[in-house]
Amino acid sequence: MAKHFNLTLHVWRQKNAKCDGKFVEYPAENISPDMSFLEMLDVVNEGLIRKGEEPIAFDHDCREGICGTCGMVVNGRPHGPKERTTTCQLHMRSFKDGDNITLEPWRAEAFPVLKDLMVDRGAFDRIIAAGGFISAPTGSPQDANALPIPKENADLAMDAAACIGCAACVAACPNASAMLFVSAKISQLALLPQGQPERYLRVRDMIAQMDAEEFGTCTNHGECETACPKGIKMENIARMNRDFIKASLTYRPATIGGGAG
Amino acid sequence: MELNSRIPDGPIEKKWDNHKFDLKLVNPANKRKYKVLVVGSGLAGGAAAASLAELGYEVECFCYQDSPRRAHSIAAQGGINAAKNYHNDGDSVRRLFYDTVKGGDFRAREANVHRLAEVSNNIIDQCVGQGVPFAREYGGLLDNRSFGGAQVSRTFYARGQTGQQLLLGAYQALQRQVGLGTVKMFARHEMHELIVVDGVAKGIVTRDMVTGEIKSHLADAVCLATGGYGNTMYLATYAKGCNGTAIWRAHKKGAAFANPCFTQIHPTCIPVTGDHQSKLTLMSESLRNDGRIWVPKKKEDCGKPASQIPEDDRDYYLERKYPSYGNLAPRDIASRAAKQVCDDGRGIGETGLGVYLDFDAAIKRLGANKIEEKYGNLFEMYERITDENPYKTPMRIFPATHYTMGGLWVDYNLMSTIPGLFVLGEANFSDHGANRLGASALMQGLADGYFVIPYTIGGYLAGIKPGSRIKAEDPAVKAAEQYVSDRVAKLFAINGKETPTHFHRELGKVMWEFCGMGRNEAGLKKALQLIPQIREEFWKNLRIPGSGADVNQSLELAGRVADFLEIGELMCLDALERRESCGGHFREEWQTEEGEALRDDENFCHVAAWEHKGEGQTPVRHVEPLSFENVHLATRSYK
Ligand SMILES: Cc1cc2nc3c(=O)[nH]c(=O)nc-3n(C[C@H](O)[C@H](O)[C@H](O)COP(=O)(O)OP(=O)(O)OC[C@H]3O[C@@H](n4cnc5c(N)ncnc54)[C@H](O)[C@@H]3O)c2cc1C
Ligand code: SF4
Ligand code: FES
Repeated sequence: MAKHFNLTLHVWRQKNAKCDGKFVEYPAENISPDMSFLEMLDVVNEGLIRKGEEPIAFDHDCREGICGTCGMVVNGRPHGPKERTTTCQLHMRSFKDGDNITLEPWRAEAFPVLKDLMVDRGAFDRIIAAGGFISAPTGSPQDANALPIPKENADLAMDAAACIGCAACVAACPNASAMLFVSAKISQLALLPQGQPERYLRVRDMIAQMDAEEFGTCTNHGECETACPKGIKMENIARMNRDFIKASLTYRPATIGGGAG
Repeated sequence: MELNSRIPDGPIEKKWDNHKFDLKLVNPANKRKYKVLVVGSGLAGGAAAASLAELGYEVECFCYQDSPRRAHSIAAQGGINAAKNYHNDGDSVRRLFYDTVKGGDFRAREANVHRLAEVSNNIIDQCVGQGVPFAREYGGLLDNRSFGGAQVSRTFYARGQTGQQLLLGAYQALQRQVGLGTVKMFARHEMHELIVVDGVAKGIVTRDMVTGEIKSHLADAVCLATGGYGNTMYLATYAKGCNGTAIWRAHKKGAAFANPCFTQIHPTCIPVTGDHQSKLTLMSESLRNDGRIWVPKKKEDCGKPASQIPEDDRDYYLERKYPSYGNLAPRDIASRAAKQVCDDGRGIGETGLGVYLDFDAAIKRLGANKIEEKYGNLFEMYERITDENPYKTPMRIFPATHYTMGGLWVDYNLMSTIPGLFVLGEANFSDHGANRLGASALMQGLADGYFVIPYTIGGYLAGIKPGSRIKAEDPAVKAAEQYVSDRVAKLFAINGKETPTHFHRELGKVMWEFCGMGRNEAGLKKALQLIPQIREEFWKNLRIPGSGADVNQSLELAGRVADFLEIGELMCLDALERRESCGGHFREEWQTEEGEALRDDENFCHVAAWEHKGEGQTPVRHVEPLSFENVHLATRSYK
């Protein structure tokens, strides 16, 4: 059995969106290196509940790095020290006895803190609702193999589609820009033939919504790419920008008219 | 209680077509006058909410996560089945139907399964149309792989993230409707009660998980697509928030619960490391395409590193026992075989509860690159969790709770025993019998959501007057709201000493031991004594700090655990009463000489559907007989 160890946590506690928050110190004792980071927090929380104190609120669900629910800033880094790893997949073997760990929520204008380490990422859903889809009503598509797609494009689309919507990119960006997230969806759909009819409409509508949500602008710091647990690349941002320019140049308001008869 | 399955007449290939024609239609102009609630935004709920809104119904959709995109379907790794036969290897609707009925050990309804196989092909078309980036071959056409219980390659996949990609497709379709204003989405809302008026489902009561507000939502029909109840076992491959609350409340309001003991224990999960363990992680079944499962032949070798055990001293037990399916034997069989070798003292790892899944031969044959391309993200995930490199040493795996075949009883239209209440996806019981084959849950969720409910709900709504919804002032609505707030107050009032997780863990231990991979009469009777004790202790000694007026994760968990403590009991009762072995339900008293499940078709070729009779009353077991006219009842063999 690996040796257990002790840590000190400095955790952002905030009752709700309206109250101010502050850091509170908690010991985390008898931690096994095989525990996941969230299991370590579970242990601390069980102790708090037994004492009648409110446990530290944090979002989580799958604990497998795929649902994108978890996420906190660990010692200044979104999702913590391990590259390409969500908070739930971080393990305590990345830490050592006596470490101090600071935990904060994602910080961005567009993501109000709901409680402690939990934020409201509804802005991401609204961006998708604005255009992050292909209009394919149920029952309408043709046979799946009727449209061959070069493997290379399918693979690139899949790379972009791997985004889990966790918002670490926003938390990492000094401007709190959402460009990496938005460009990943735009790229995925722009790389596929099915995505072509709405390609320019999509980029325009999604970017308009992104701006309305008060995300910052991208000034090429590249922090987003480093923080992203799914390896989403900044080349997606370049692809989105090209499409956006093209969309702006070719913009024509939709013609409205009824059919004859 | 009447269990009318409403299976249409006619030959099996024609039933669904005929039925679609026979169903009454709702006039397009009238559709917007009907409101439908969809609880759940996974594959089943997301697909249903989007499709119903496209048809013109007014839809409200609910999920407990902060976004519909995070429903547990997102975690499915391996793939989705369809009978496309793109590879010319002999697949067909008939074969998918046959494999699924047989895979379920003859405890599913033939007519439902056939419909599932029929619409499987439409699902793939639909998803590709939405931009789901399925894996492709160099020629640009779709690629397939094999899953357990099948001898054809019919599984479509998107790397190891198939569920994620399918769900994002459904989510995007849903968000499109949200943008158009046809769906109102309620994220971070948990359903706590079903509103039933004169025996008909008319709405739900939810708790806003941010503000604590308890509110009712009224409608013309309610669809539950809230997933499985496998977290009753505490340690499982489910997401932490998965719960049985919605279906349990519906059950208590009159919906029969079918085959609650039919749970799936998946053979390939990462083993437990200690008491702190909060969940178990699946290693996709697709790995069994290339990985070989083994343990040492000799007990003395179990402590040695795998590399020091020569080929001749390894027991590739699945290949040995089931030569024609080998490592791709169905899940129930593969799990039981793992348990047997571990019971035999040949398990590996610190706890002795583990077997190897070895890629050495595949890496030598195909090269590490090819293996990385197929399974890279799974290998990475394994390494992150265990700190071991599966390209160099074999994976260590062990079975874990993964899926519930049981669920609310539904008829062919997916309607429960409460008119107006429909149940979709893993939450219902309908298609997988006593064992689900790999890659068929995604298929079923999407079939229900995209291609079944849009038709069948129309048939129901066409029979009720538009605009006949009940009013918020109705006493039934007030009573339901009151019930929910009283229950929250009751949980706070206990003010004991123990955490909700403590009780959940205790329940899980009992369930795993007595209602897990092997079950017997004495054990189940013991569990039926222990569970009420834990429940009593829960209601005496639970502690939830904070208040119900804002985010309170302990309260959320406590509410779910309270329900698991009741669901677990029904699972054990059902397991006790089903005196046969079938699929994942292995009663040790009923096995062949070789240790295989022994069905009793004479007495148990039926669905057991339980009716709630009130608090503290013993539930009543009803029976829906199953008949097999197209696939002949036979002992399942994968040898
Ligand atoms: C790790 C893993 C891998 C898997 N891999 C595969 C695979 O490769 N192929 C395959 O076919 N199947 C696979 N499965 C099974 C499959 O993923 C699930 O059975 C399926 O996705 C369930 O879909 P669903 O829509 O029924 O429910 P879910 O996706 O579980 O969705 C449930 C929804 O209901 C909501 N909800 C739940 N309770 C409440 C409540 N009380 N109030 C409000 N909302 C609520 C949730 O928020 C969520 O939106 C896998 C399962 C797991 C765990
Ligand atoms: S781009 Fe990366 S960091 Fe940003 S939301 Fe997607 S997965 Fe998370
Ligand atoms: S909890 Fe799902 S990604 Fe971390």
